[in-house]
Amino acid sequence: MTVHEREGMPGNEDAVATSEHGTAPARREAGDPFPDPGLHEHQPRPTDVDERAGKRAERQIATMFVLSALCTLLFCVAYFVFQVGDDPDVIMGFGASNLALGLTLGLALLLIGIGTIQWARKLMSDVEIVEMRHPTASSETDRAETLQALDAGVSDSGIGRRPLVRNSLIGALALLGLPAIVALRDLGPLPGNKLAVTVWRRGMRVVNDVAGTPIRPEEVEIGQLINTQPEILFETEDGERTYEGTELLQAKTKASTIVVRMQPDDITPSAGRANWGVDGILCYSKICTHVGCPISLWEQQTHHLLCPCHQSTFDLADNGKVVFGPAARALPQLPLMVDDEGYLVAQSDFTEPVGPSYWERGDA
Amino acid sequence: MRLISARLSAKRRSPLAGLVVLLLGLLVTGGLYAVLSPATAQTSQASQSTVEKGRALFLVGCASCHGKNGEGIVTKRGTQYGPPLVGVGAAAVDFQVGTGRMPMARPGAQAEKKEVVYTPEEISAMAAFVASLGPGPAIPEREAYDTSDVDNESVVRGGEFFRTNCTACHNFAAVGGALPGGKYAPSLDGVSNKHIYEALLTGPQQMPVFSNGVLKPSEKRDIIAYLNSVKEQPKYGGSNLGSYGPVAEGLFAWLVGIGSCVGFAIWIASSSVRSKKGVKA
Amino acid sequence: MSTATTNGKQAARTAKPNRLAGAATWVDDRVGLAGVAKKQVRKVFPDHWSFMLGEIALWSFVVLLLTGTFLTLWFKPSMGEVVYNGSYDQLRGVSMSEAYASTLHISFDVRGGLLMRQIHHWSAMLFIAAMFVHMMRVYFTGAFRKPREVNWVIGCLLLLLGSLEGFTGYSLPDDLLSGTGLRAADGFTKAVPVVGTYVSFFLFDGEFPGDAVIPRFFTMHVLLIPGVLLALIGLHMLLLVYHKHTQWPGPGRTEHNVVGYPMMPVYAAKAGGFFFIVFGVSALMGALFSINPVWRYGPYDPSQVTAGSQPDWYMGWPDGALRIFPGWETELFGFTLSWNIFLPIIVLPGLMFTILLMLPFIEAWIVGDKRDHHLLQRPRNAPTRTATMVALMTFIGLLWAAGGNDIIALKFDLNLNYITYFIRVMVFVGPVIAFLLTRRWCISLQRADQARLLHGYESGIIMRSPEGAYAEKHLPISTEEAYTLTARDRHHEKPLPSEADQNGVANRKLRMSRLRTRLSNRWFSGEVEKPTREELDAAHEHSAHELAVHEDGHQHLSSGDYSGDYELDGQTADGHQFDGRRAIEGDELRKS
Repeated sequence: MTVHEREGMPGNEDAVATSEHGTAPARREAGDPFPDPGLHEHQPRPTDVDERAGKRAERQIATMFVLSALCTLLFCVAYFVFQVGDDPDVIMGFGASNLALGLTLGLALLLIGIGTIQWARKLMSDVEIVEMRHPTASSETDRAETLQALDAGVSDSGIGRRPLVRNSLIGALALLGLPAIVALRDLGPLPGNKLAVTVWRRGMRVVNDVAGTPIRPEEVEIGQLINTQPEILFETEDGERTYEGTELLQAKTKASTIVVRMQPDDITPSAGRANWGVDGILCYSKICTHVGCPISLWEQQTHHLLCPCHQSTFDLADNGKVVFGPAARALPQLPLMVDDEGYLVAQSDFTEPVGPSYWERGDA
Repeated sequence: MRLISARLSAKRRSPLAGLVVLLLGLLVTGGLYAVLSPATAQTSQASQSTVEKGRALFLVGCASCHGKNGEGIVTKRGTQYGPPLVGVGAAAVDFQVGTGRMPMARPGAQAEKKEVVYTPEEISAMAAFVASLGPGPAIPEREAYDTSDVDNESVVRGGEFFRTNCTACHNFAAVGGALPGGKYAPSLDGVSNKHIYEALLTGPQQMPVFSNGVLKPSEKRDIIAYLNSVKEQPKYGGSNLGSYGPVAEGLFAWLVGIGSCVGFAIWIASSSVRSKKGVKA
Repeated sequence: MSTATTNGKQAARTAKPNRLAGAATWVDDRVGLAGVAKKQVRKVFPDHWSFMLGEIALWSFVVLLLTGTFLTLWFKPSMGEVVYNGSYDQLRGVSMSEAYASTLHISFDVRGGLLMRQIHHWSAMLFIAAMFVHMMRVYFTGAFRKPREVNWVIGCLLLLLGSLEGFTGYSLPDDLLSGTGLRAADGFTKAVPVVGTYVSFFLFDGEFPGDAVIPRFFTMHVLLIPGVLLALIGLHMLLLVYHKHTQWPGPGRTEHNVVGYPMMPVYAAKAGGFFFIVFGVSALMGALFSINPVWRYGPYDPSQVTAGSQPDWYMGWPDGALRIFPGWETELFGFTLSWNIFLPIIVLPGLMFTILLMLPFIEAWIVGDKRDHHLLQRPRNAPTRTATMVALMTFIGLLWAAGGNDIIALKFDLNLNYITYFIRVMVFVGPVIAFLLTRRWCISLQRADQARLLHGYESGIIMRSPEGAYAEKHLPISTEEAYTLTARDRHHEKPLPSEADQNGVANRKLRMSRLRTRLSNRWFSGEVEKPTREELDAAHEHSAHELAVHEDGHQHLSSGDYSGDYELDGQTADGHQFDGRRAIEGDELRKS
């Protein structure tokens, strides 16, 4: 036996490898308790010794295979029998097609599996077999030969003797990494200052989302929450929406807002924000400053706004300050005023970037 | 006792005298109680108007927290005990009492939906009384929340309103969601059309108000129509697992999926029955 | 000897010419694989249920390939806007992406489409769950030790890639829930210092959501990641075939053999059958349980969200870390560092993955064991290793719970904020407690094994001595079990390395090797070592002596463990002395 094979035999610690600790090689442990009793003698199963039991097992297994085939056929029938589409078939409140197809397919597969396993357990030979392992590492001669071959190859190439060739090749190959990176430049545009601006402008009306209807302050009650958008997102020109498809979604990702109304006495605006509300009506960004989920869990009595994604909580009576959760920045506020027709409009765009923070955001 | 029995002729006093005095005392006490006790839910005087009737019920069941005239009660420390009901409107009463949330069984973060204590007539009486305290949203007419002949386009629109305004708190299948501090947005399962409408209109507890000026009555009706249509639709893919989303799905994947696969694996590798007969040559 | 032997008793027969042989000859003439095949056909695999956990993952992957291919025939990976006009009434007329519309088409207008979607998603969950369970089995039994460390590394990569595959996959339908997840992912990339915004703009081809991310994810999900997965799975299996499977210690099993059943026919049948079972379970789940009902979520809109927004379960623990993290952010010279996102989402998963990857190498460094290991260890026989994994599981498990904190608050009527506070503390305290508890538990189990070896097993027969003491009779365990219980290494406390060796040469890496030795001693401290032959004999003698009837007729029958046969009043003491089953002379009272 090689050194490798001798190592690690249980009950035979005389070949424990020395470790880097420099301890003395271990000697044979005094009196290891039990020698290997060898493989357990094979005990026959009823199907091994009893012809009838064997036949019964055969029938059992064959039945499962036949049932599986039946289920497969039922699958094909169910496919054409049960309708989907405008008028789907329903069984016991469930979609009939999905239920029938799934049950028949599942049973068909399961029965093949169970039948095959039963075959292995009951009828196939279950006598344990021993196979010897080979050492994982290759033999010393193989290793030596390989190293020799490698050496021969390397010296034949002359790479060791010609450093100029070698180094210039390495340099050229390394440089090839650049095109792989550079060629990906057009994956997307540069950020620029796109993250710091939205479509909100001075005088743009605040409209109810989905409906697109503008809002009068008198219609807003204390405790109300309105999910709003800038009216430009509902604008149409010759029947075509100004913003649609991808641009619409990109605009909504920053411009979505909420309008809430509280008792004016409850609001404590910070410096310069005293005129950002209209009679206790405030407008805030709907986009959480944590990672950008839209927030509209408004608790009208506590004035807290909860984001459902990671539970950041903002106090809208206190300039959108974070009161709980992983968000770090207060919710940006949109300054409001009333236009000459009496509708709520924005005074300007947001005065800080909306949504999640990013490296270049700074202290805006 | 001796003195009394000494003054009264022992012979004239019947052996039952003590019993009679006891019964008399009970009758008097009971009678006084019946006459003087506050009106229970069962007492009704047909000659009173609905508002008066409502007021009487209000004084019994609501005034201890909301004040005798619905002006609200503030505790010594300045916290709100029961909020003022001036201006909440009949719709709020119909919702709160009609879903059993009021009278609140005990103070807490949120009034829970529980068994309804009052009959519909009593609820309308109390609603009328509260409405008389100050103008507020009225109980909606049947047409406002009747969704029986709403077309598909309105149902689709209702869905869009639902996903914009409601799912953030109540979840995509309206099974409810958590709010801070132990509060929650309840499940809408089993809630009547009228109550959903009234909740939108009045903004109960932490729920915001969706006034008719902004979310029009037809839009409210469309939302209710969408909810009803989704409730009636077949379970296309099988059991909904509570409609809680990926958390429930992950739980089932582990318990049912891995559980059954591991169960099968244990069966596959188990040794089968052994025979007592000898080894076959 | 490297070919398999058989214990079969049938005489070998000459092969009759048959079609199979003909076909095999044709192939071998051109490919010459018989030399390799001859060893593999009857290759021996050991039989234990815990060895089949990796198979669940393997077969789930096959199911994913099959169902996934079906889905690609109808799915349109495009974010171009369309107006829905299919059969799902509640969304008719709504503007949505083609990806979402085609998913609705598959679910409602393609027969079997919804079933295939659901089987695909359920088996994706199973795939990753099975990898977790398999990884834990491999770790707890020490199967990652030399020579299988490379396989462990491949396995960790498979787990990572599988999770990414799942994430790109469930984002493809572009529904509200997965879109919200994508939006969060965009927030994560933006939080990366210096390059964050550039990565975000390059990934989404502009501002979120753009119109490129779904087609790009489609390519990743259908081509790039499955390609790498296939290659790694192939390598994983190849190494398994080369190393041969590990096995539990037991009679006849050594470090130099494999005992089990041959590939043909038993293992082919069991593994093949298990494939059908895993497929069948996935199909039944697809039939009965709804998963990812995208029609209820609606198409993705950045101004909409649902309560209970979570990623699929395997991403739950980073989400949990994100939820409980405090809102820390700093500004430096006009630049923003979002620690509250960067640390839990970028740093923590990277750290956890690295730790996972390095576990075999860390243990090998501490323990200093350079031998090949093909015999497994019971978890109780490696208390520190087991405790380490349990501590890691506790950490990850708590983060998972944090990821579902709003569902927990809703279903169990708890305060959402308090759950967050609680987990913030427990995430540090919990793993420590779990480590200590598990370690002591393993050592207690080792003591139980020791008691079995020294005193035998509890037979359930309670004896009462004439003096009134109760004792339970113990019977010796079988030699097979005794061998199995002692087929493990002994560990000795190593002395600290000296400053200089015997020749006075200073030890240059003294502090490191001292640390290593101390760690190694701590690793094994407290373990109950298997008894020596002398200790066993002493234990048997002791009990025999105690039970023996002395010349003056008395016995020491104090309460305790007893094993072996002994006598009482000259009768065999087997529990039936006093119940009338055996007549006792001169004892009239007991004859009834």
